[in-house]
Amino acid sequence: MAVRERLSGNEAVAYAIKQINPDVMPAFPITPSTEIPQYVANYIANGEIDTEFIPVESEHSSMSAAVGASAAGARTLTATSSCGLALMWEELYVAASNRLPVVLALVNRALSGPININADHSDSMGARDSGWIQIYAESNQEAYDNFLQAYPIAEHKDVMLPVMICQDGFITSHGVENILLVEDDLVKGFVGQREPEHYLLNPQETLAVGPYAVSSYYMETKRGQRQAMINARRVILEVAERFRAMTGREYGFFESYRLEDADYAAVIIGSAAGTCKAAIDQIRNTTGKKVGLLKIRVFRPFPEEEIATALAHVKAVAILDRSEMFSATGGPLGAEVRAALYQAKCGAEAVNYLYGLGGRDITVDDFCQVYEKLEKIAAEHRITDMYDYIGLRGV
Amino acid sequence: MKKTMEIRWHGRGGQGAKTAALLLADVAFKAGKFVQGFPEYGPERMGAPITAYNRISEEPVTVHSNIYAPDYVVVVDDGLLETTDVTHGLKEDGAVIINTEKEKETLLPFLHDYKGKVYTLDAKSISMQTLGKNYPNSPMLAAVVAVSGVMEQEDFLKEMEASFRHKFAKKPEVIDGNMKALELTFSEITKASA
Amino acid sequence: MISDRINESSPWQDITEGNQIYEAATSREFCTGEWRTSTPVWNQEKCRQCLLCTPVCPDSSVPVREGQRTEFDYDHCKGCGICAKVCPFGAITMKEGK
Repeated sequence: MAVRERLSGNEAVAYAIKQINPDVMPAFPITPSTEIPQYVANYIANGEIDTEFIPVESEHSSMSAAVGASAAGARTLTATSSCGLALMWEELYVAASNRLPVVLALVNRALSGPININADHSDSMGARDSGWIQIYAESNQEAYDNFLQAYPIAEHKDVMLPVMICQDGFITSHGVENILLVEDDLVKGFVGQREPEHYLLNPQETLAVGPYAVSSYYMETKRGQRQAMINARRVILEVAERFRAMTGREYGFFESYRLEDADYAAVIIGSAAGTCKAAIDQIRNTTGKKVGLLKIRVFRPFPEEEIATALAHVKAVAILDRSEMFSATGGPLGAEVRAALYQAKCGAEAVNYLYGLGGRDITVDDFCQVYEKLEKIAAEHRITDMYDYIGLRGV
Repeated sequence: MKKTMEIRWHGRGGQGAKTAALLLADVAFKAGKFVQGFPEYGPERMGAPITAYNRISEEPVTVHSNIYAPDYVVVVDDGLLETTDVTHGLKEDGAVIINTEKEKETLLPFLHDYKGKVYTLDAKSISMQTLGKNYPNSPMLAAVVAVSGVMEQEDFLKEMEASFRHKFAKKPEVIDGNMKALELTFSEITKASA
Repeated sequence: MISDRINESSPWQDITEGNQIYEAATSREFCTGEWRTSTPVWNQEKCRQCLLCTPVCPDSSVPVREGQRTEFDYDHCKGCGICAKVCPFGAITMKEGK
């Protein structure tokens, strides 16, 4: 039987780390992810796990140490947020191109400037091209469940890529909610041990990691990384199926909520999806209008065809981004979902709104207004607010 | 009980309003509810006004926004009334509960003609009587349970006693005082209704 | 040899994961001696075996066996001339070409 608990998102991820008992955790504190290494350090100090904790002097160093430890053969992780992730930039790419199955607990927070500590996705969206698998959570339960699935995905021989497990800063990281925990022995069986094929601490094999690649090798290397991402699609679903068999909780590339018969759909990532669900229930119960949601769980690899198929029947869709990319034409999720719809020759009207930047709250009422706008757009086949900010002051 | 009860806490950094909200989530969870307990975070400073929230429900709660139309508001520090519109959005069939040593009538001008019920509680006095120290959290928690009916008082007392026995395993002498603080609050709060 | 398996005409599928190299001292397979435009010549008569030339060579191309330096490793010597510069006895001279 699962263990009924109430935990914050940070507590939940730290608890998953405790259950997994990874080998090495280099970390540097930054709000709102600080609690994760703090809890793990407590577990270590109390003798509950024997993870080697490396206090480092910066996030550049924490990811560098993670790269080294992972190449040595250790199951490795770190945690960070916002500017901490930005300081890891170089090493994010190194971890991915070296094909090291590092796991990063990312607690999403807006990037400076202006300096801000609250949730948005500018940190992880900025790292979307780094070659990391990215998995996002709506709730504490999902942050925990995703973390348990991270190593089986990352360390799969057909994948061997680092994985970022993302949750929204403060909203889930510091909010306490009900959660179902998996028993320790089940977790251990599910996650298993890392069994690296090649690793630096293997006395039986000589090995060089991270060599320079001239132009005659670089592109072939990138193609190899792309193949790993392609393979990750299959492995992510296999691991999710194994997780479902263990817990009964279903995961895929995304969650469709009342989408099957929907005329109007929202596409969203993270904690606000839960608020959107409440709006959908309210609208359907009071007006009978067919509204639905597609909540992205896996952003890298991007499930382009599956998204287009799931949205093929809707009249209008609003893609909601929690980060700016200053293309002056929308946000990153909007760009990719719209490309997917175009490629699939999908006829839905599509708009791209930005919300929640720097922790700006988004409410059930805000989502109700989004659906009202979609209804109008579908009726008039005319989009006048392609790139609006939700909750912005001033017209 | 309504399907989802929403509670907003007003306090000052360091006073324990966030802790109280998390404690309420805790005790309601133990009583079998679906809970949320979360603070509104900014750059935290001792003494600065802070807000914390609870959603407590018979069903899973997915909403992740702040609470703008709460069923109940708890004010841990009456000094906030002058600067914070504590009853903003508060439902009229709900109530506001204020920790104060003052007469209720002197506080009403700060409540912007709020039409619902107003409860005052001298949590400091209750805490001093029962614990000999000023720990207003336990009385305020009991007050919100009594006023909101979010859970049965008996269940609340049972869960709190278990929690105190765990928390004060090495100081069993303070358990009685804490339990008395809760019981005294229950009897005081029934007299305090508007 | 790794260069038999992976070289500049290898398809992407043959490149190892993360460009990892599962052999030691593979730089030996890369003959930097081809780059040489001037060549050190060792005069054994003048050489006192002081071994100053060995540690200064950037390409480890002055092999030492049983405490004595031996002939240059011309497969890897790039002809930089540092050894000639450092020799106190004029035992190394540079000549144009390979």
